[in-house]
Amino acid sequence: MSEPLLHPKLGLRPAVGPRVPSSIFELSRPGTGGQKILPGDDSVLDDIPEAMRRKEPADLPEINESQVIRHFIKLSRLNYAIDTGFFPLGSCTMKYNPKFNEWAARLPGFAKLHPLAPDSTAQGTLQMLWELEQMLCEISGFEAITFHPAAGAHGELTGILMIKAYHISRGDLERVEVIVPDSSHGTNPATATMAGFTAVEIPSDDRGGVDIKALRATLSPRTAAIMLTNPSTLGLFEDQVDELLEAVHEAGALAYMDGANLNAVMGYFKPGEAGFDVMHINTHKTFSTPHGGGGPGAGPVGVGDKLLPFLPSPRILRDENGNFRLETQDERPSAIGRMRSFQGSTSVLLRAFAYIRAHGRELQQVSEDAVLNANYLKALVRHVYEIPFPRHCKHEFVASGTEMKKRTGVRTLDIAKRLLDYGFHPPTIYFPLSVDEALLMEPTETESRETLEVFADALIAIAQEAYEDPDLVRAAPHSTPVRRLDDAEAARHPDLRWRPAKGDDAPC
Amino acid sequence: MSNIPADLRYSEEHEWLRLEGDIGTIGVTAHAAERMGDVVFVELPETGARVSMGETFGVLESPKAMADLYSPVTGEVVETNPALEEHPEFVSEDPYGTGWMVRVKLDNPGEAGKLKDAAGYTALIAEP
Amino acid sequence: MPYARHSDADRAHMLATIGVDSLEELFSDIPEAVRVHGLDLPGPEAEQPRATRLEWLAGRNRTDLMSFLGAGAYRHYVPVVVDEIIRRGEFLTAYTPYQPEVSQGTLQAIWEYQSLIAQLTGLDVVSASHYDGSTATAEATLMAIRQTKRERVLISRAVHPHFRKTTETYFSGRFVLEEIPVTPGGSTDLEALERMLVDGDVAGVAIAQPNFFGALEDMAAAAELAHAAGALSIAVIEPTSLAVLSSPAEYGADIAAGEGQPLGIPLQYGGPYLGILASTEKLMRQIPGRLIGRTKDVDGKRAYVMTIRAREQDIRREKAASNICTNQSLCALAATVYLSAIGPTGLHNVATNGAEKARQLERALAAAGAPRTHSAKYLNEFAVRVPDARQVHERLIELGVLAGVPLANFYNEPELADSLLVCATEVTTADEIAGFASALEGVLA
Repeated sequence: MSEPLLHPKLGLRPAVGPRVPSSIFELSRPGTGGQKILPGDDSVLDDIPEAMRRKEPADLPEINESQVIRHFIKLSRLNYAIDTGFFPLGSCTMKYNPKFNEWAARLPGFAKLHPLAPDSTAQGTLQMLWELEQMLCEISGFEAITFHPAAGAHGELTGILMIKAYHISRGDLERVEVIVPDSSHGTNPATATMAGFTAVEIPSDDRGGVDIKALRATLSPRTAAIMLTNPSTLGLFEDQVDELLEAVHEAGALAYMDGANLNAVMGYFKPGEAGFDVMHINTHKTFSTPHGGGGPGAGPVGVGDKLLPFLPSPRILRDENGNFRLETQDERPSAIGRMRSFQGSTSVLLRAFAYIRAHGRELQQVSEDAVLNANYLKALVRHVYEIPFPRHCKHEFVASGTEMKKRTGVRTLDIAKRLLDYGFHPPTIYFPLSVDEALLMEPTETESRETLEVFADALIAIAQEAYEDPDLVRAAPHSTPVRRLDDAEAARHPDLRWRPAKGDDAPC
Repeated sequence: MSNIPADLRYSEEHEWLRLEGDIGTIGVTAHAAERMGDVVFVELPETGARVSMGETFGVLESPKAMADLYSPVTGEVVETNPALEEHPEFVSEDPYGTGWMVRVKLDNPGEAGKLKDAAGYTALIAEP
Repeated sequence: MPYARHSDADRAHMLATIGVDSLEELFSDIPEAVRVHGLDLPGPEAEQPRATRLEWLAGRNRTDLMSFLGAGAYRHYVPVVVDEIIRRGEFLTAYTPYQPEVSQGTLQAIWEYQSLIAQLTGLDVVSASHYDGSTATAEATLMAIRQTKRERVLISRAVHPHFRKTTETYFSGRFVLEEIPVTPGGSTDLEALERMLVDGDVAGVAIAQPNFFGALEDMAAAAELAHAAGALSIAVIEPTSLAVLSSPAEYGADIAAGEGQPLGIPLQYGGPYLGILASTEKLMRQIPGRLIGRTKDVDGKRAYVMTIRAREQDIRREKAASNICTNQSLCALAATVYLSAIGPTGLHNVATNGAEKARQLERALAAAGAPRTHSAKYLNEFAVRVPDARQVHERLIELGVLAGVPLANFYNEPELADSLLVCATEVTTADEIAGFASALEGVLA
């Protein structure tokens, strides 16, 4: 492997630590681990019929505690994370995850509470959830919130199922379509399908917003809902949103708002007040709950009075004495049912609660700084990267690598991989689908001016490399523990689990 | 420049047909295979299944995409390519040869006339 | 703002570079008709008073009760190393591993999770996890529907009520979910199941092992009946029991779904938890959600990557099998560290120790006047008969005992009306058992 060449000013900044270690199975040595749990009397199993008992013991690894620590800490050092660097990922809102929230979640009073604990013994958590609902209603402009959904996509399904129940309750069985813009997140049409609807796509106009003529032409008595993201996935506010909502409601349909981009508009725009009927919130985006490498998040859903009767059960209520309780099963028969076990991903919601309390009305400044940062970053790179939509963006903006690809053969994917050599996680690439060779960047408000400037410098340096030494960029990354992976082989012959006695090729 | 054999017929959804009597062999064109990237999995119908012109009969999967396969003809599947389970990459490497997908007994061999010839297909993919 | 980064000078500079006079200009495209002006929220609250507030709230929860409550979420001892690892910022604040070159930590850990669950269930394909046991079960039934192209699913009434209700909600009237009745002994009525399979239109049969009542089922017989009718066999499992009970693969299940909370995840009033979903290789392309695969990189080094992604929502969009976009990654990591730390002996001990305590509990409660409701075999959870179960339950709380949960909260059958569902685990002590029994004796007297 040749010496990696880097921009002299920026230097060599490997994004993560050294080599990929053995798996826990290869580290296993009989007799070295365990001793954490007291044994029971094996003879207690004698009353269980042999046919129900395990024949072959599960071949789980035996590892000593010190080995467990080393192994997982080595693994952790192979990860890039918000705690180690900047993530300009459009549509993800990778803001700082406050450690206070981790402390709060671990308070034994919260952590040890069983989800079926009687209401009288759970007043603290119930109060926290009830207050969180009030705060989210204030932020979003909705009447009520359900905490059931475990993720944004789960929230989308919840919202769309409520819309379905609403139309059925009115005896309107013709509404089988859900309209989604071509710029929508993939979960939107997937959700529509899961709920039994047909997703109908409409184009964006040349300003990057929903094409209102196309919308009017597509709305019909068969439309159950539209799913909109505002600001859009291009980071642009739908400045015709009031007209859009009017058209949708006139057609007898409901408006679902994908709240992924809420970080851009807190204190400036309340979707519920503006006329949306339902919206999901991504607490792991707007409200700082950690991504954890892919989850767990939470996707609480806000509704207006049309859909309130259909919220999943149970809700959290407060009685006239100020005591909190869960709704009982038969209290609201119109509920669509359950979206999950128990009441919600409470510990995630608790982190969002702590975050919102920390900021209060200053959440508005959070949105202001998020929008400021995105526009600043855009201003720093616009002379080098095409910006298809020149108007002021909100919290994120999209650049296109089409021109660069034409002139140099270097694609957005290559730029992304080269950014790893500069110590940065790349922005979102190839999304939204409506922009060719898309690079969607969202700095968030918790990044400093300096970070944005260094990142912009890296992007500009790579653009220069693309013209001067395209092969260098196309072969990137050069400095990460592993480099371009063989996706095709991984998909053709999936190796999804460790297999014993394989005589595996040694780790690096 | 995509490979477009002269002796085959082509559908608008980028499938090719080689007709011998009333048996048609079907696959995807080199153009389609190139656009998919590395084919990692091919989902095909069972022998005996019915297929209809213009309807989906299977799916192609690459690491980055999935594409529905649309039947260029109407009839009954008499054979599917057994090699594709172990070697889906044949579709990428040799789309007109070892990458063939299904053999169909056409209800009406004359139907093949509705498909494009090599020149017609070349014109189709030349459009921007 | 506690995490703000800009000085006024920074902001001024940035506005100038952007070319606007004020921040207001960047929001001017929000139409007046929908424009709001600020938020009516309490705060901001500095860290110190906020800490006091959170402690006060936590203090309003009672965790001093002696708890015998299970019913889908279980108290277990979690070794300290688990939290050490999941608190690390490199895991906690990492993103979804779309850029594998800088995510090998997450990817390998989840591949190890998949491997561990594969060992426990005997099934080769394990998803990188689902939201929880309910949604994993719902997705399992949808897999069966897609695979068989049939629309009817049979689920035992003894499967957790939340799992059944969630599946019903997911079906949203598009498919048919029917309950298989339960025998008085506490297990699924297999004769009834056989009758329900007769029309040959069932996609899947879902039975829990152990079931909601803690009772053990004849899973092999149920799987055989399902297969004979051309249906898939779905096992709803509890992971710690798999140390000693037959694995889904051993009894012929096609899909296993269940709640992974017992594997190192605290109770946390219901979440976030861990949806386990596993299948035979044949169903690999039907399984929703993420899969992590091992491969090589361009230099031939071992590496891990998300694979078979074309099935997922961002690519397949409206044709995706599921809209799922996340997994419970950090929870799966907790489960991986938990199993690594306690090892196979530890997991075996969790099962046997819990079973031993449960049998002590059964004897003590029977002696106190509360015999078992059911006769089926159990591992560590069971129901006991108590007159006026709800009132007794409330009285016992006043005496410091959380006596499980009244079955009447979930079932309206008269024969279950006066029952409490209780459990014991390796953390249950002899003193607690004695305390429960004596309090119960007092209440029943």
